[in-house]
Amino acid sequence: MDPVTPSLEVARLAFAYPDGHQALFGVDFTVARGERVALLGPNGAGKTTLVLHLNGILTGGTGTVKVAGLPVGKKHMAEIRRRVGIVFQDPDDQLFMPTVREDVAFGPATAGLKGAELEARVDRALEQVGMADFKDRPPHHLSFGQRRRVAVATVLAMEPEILVLDEPSSNLDPASRRELADILRSLDVTVLMVTHDLPYALELCPRSLILSEGVITADGKTGELLADDTLMRAHRLELPYGFDPRSVPSAVDRPR
Amino acid sequence: MSTQTGPSRARGGERGAAHRLYRHGHSPVHALPPHTKLAATFAFVVVVVSTPREAMWTFALYAALLGAVAHRARVPAGFLLKRLLIEVPFVAFAVLMPFVAEGERVDVAGLSLSVGGLWGAWNVLAKGTLGVAASVLLAATTELRQLLLGLQRLKLPPLLVQIASFMIRYGDVITDEMRRMRIARESRGFEARGIRHWGVLAKSAGALFIRSYERGERVHLAMVSRGYAGSMPVIDEVSATRAQWSYALALPLAALVVCLLGWTL
Repeated sequence: MDPVTPSLEVARLAFAYPDGHQALFGVDFTVARGERVALLGPNGAGKTTLVLHLNGILTGGTGTVKVAGLPVGKKHMAEIRRRVGIVFQDPDDQLFMPTVREDVAFGPATAGLKGAELEARVDRALEQVGMADFKDRPPHHLSFGQRRRVAVATVLAMEPEILVLDEPSSNLDPASRRELADILRSLDVTVLMVTHDLPYALELCPRSLILSEGVITADGKTGELLADDTLMRAHRLELPYGFDPRSVPSAVDRPR
Repeated sequence: MSTQTGPSRARGGERGAAHRLYRHGHSPVHALPPHTKLAATFAFVVVVVSTPREAMWTFALYAALLGAVAHRARVPAGFLLKRLLIEVPFVAFAVLMPFVAEGERVDVAGLSLSVGGLWGAWNVLAKGTLGVAASVLLAATTELRQLLLGLQRLKLPPLLVQIASFMIRYGDVITDEMRRMRIARESRGFEARGIRHWGVLAKSAGALFIRSYERGERVHLAMVSRGYAGSMPVIDEVSATRAQWSYALALPLAALVVCLLGWTL
């Protein structure tokens, strides 16, 4: 893959649910390889709908989504789902196998990996999230933070082009939240993080997009967007009490 | 949505850790591949069931065979007997049979009992107990996870194996959800007392069903996102050597010899 092909290209994406509710009205954005981008937006802005378009769970609207140059569509569905790793909000939904090891193996095994190669893939993914010691545990015996980390590993095991995280910091205590941030920062993969945890976005993502009422209304440096009070207020985005984005260092882009 | 991480959750997890029927150990029986044990248990039960009930001595031999297996598996008699209690409702039914069955009657200690009923009761009791004992031994020496792999290996319809596997995975999650709903009810002063409150309980059950159904949809979404297209990938291949098969099948084969003797003698 040449480095100039963006990881993700979304062009004029519009979508209405069968009940007539239109969720997306022409969404355009591009995420370059290795970038970490936050997708911010109030509840009901269409964030989840957008995420489900990225790996072709929802289709049938207009516009195109390309993952590393490959258009999302019936033809390449298996490859697309391998390239786009979605970490859902509730790890209990994501971890459905009896043991951590089998869960992490699920994706690559479905793609046809076997034996020692599969085992190596699982070990590597669990090491990346610091959960190698929990390999043979059933997921429901882990703490919530650990389950979230295993959920990230299940997706990393597929060696995705882009990691899509839906509200990664929700329900985490501050320590687990920081641990997850350290893990995400250590990964060498493109990240799209859907969240309304604004400090977390500032900490991890140099660039942010604001999705509001089905369109991208802002795209820029996270620190600058968060500091723009008018913009924030217009889209129901609110910083936690006492938090000033100007007073903390923003995330820096990793050297490319 | 499952969000808590407190000690109650951990305890809830511990309960489901190793299922209560399982007894951790490293005996040769524990070490056998799961599908050989499943096949052996099934064959043993079939043999026992097809033995004529009149050959009472054969059942003693069967019990002795199971005793030998339990000894090899280092499952103590007390453990086995306690788990046999699950059979009690069936025993109650068997005990009734001599009183209610028709036909020739015989007086035992002043009670008039049906001969056919007595044989029927003996039949249910002996075969039932042996079947339950064999299953308890299987469960005591095989982890749930392993059982599933065994069933998969024995080519049980994959859908059934998947359903069983999800039941194990989500049993605790749903129990937990149920517990939280009960706490929420009680926190608002509700206590189930008598028939008038059944409506509330029924509504809770309905809500639980819908929540579980929606969770099912979300789980499916997560599976599809990781490439699921209708069949589970084989992650752990279980295989058995000829020696393991013959070791596992020693039990049903010995039972078969006893059974044949029972028919001919």
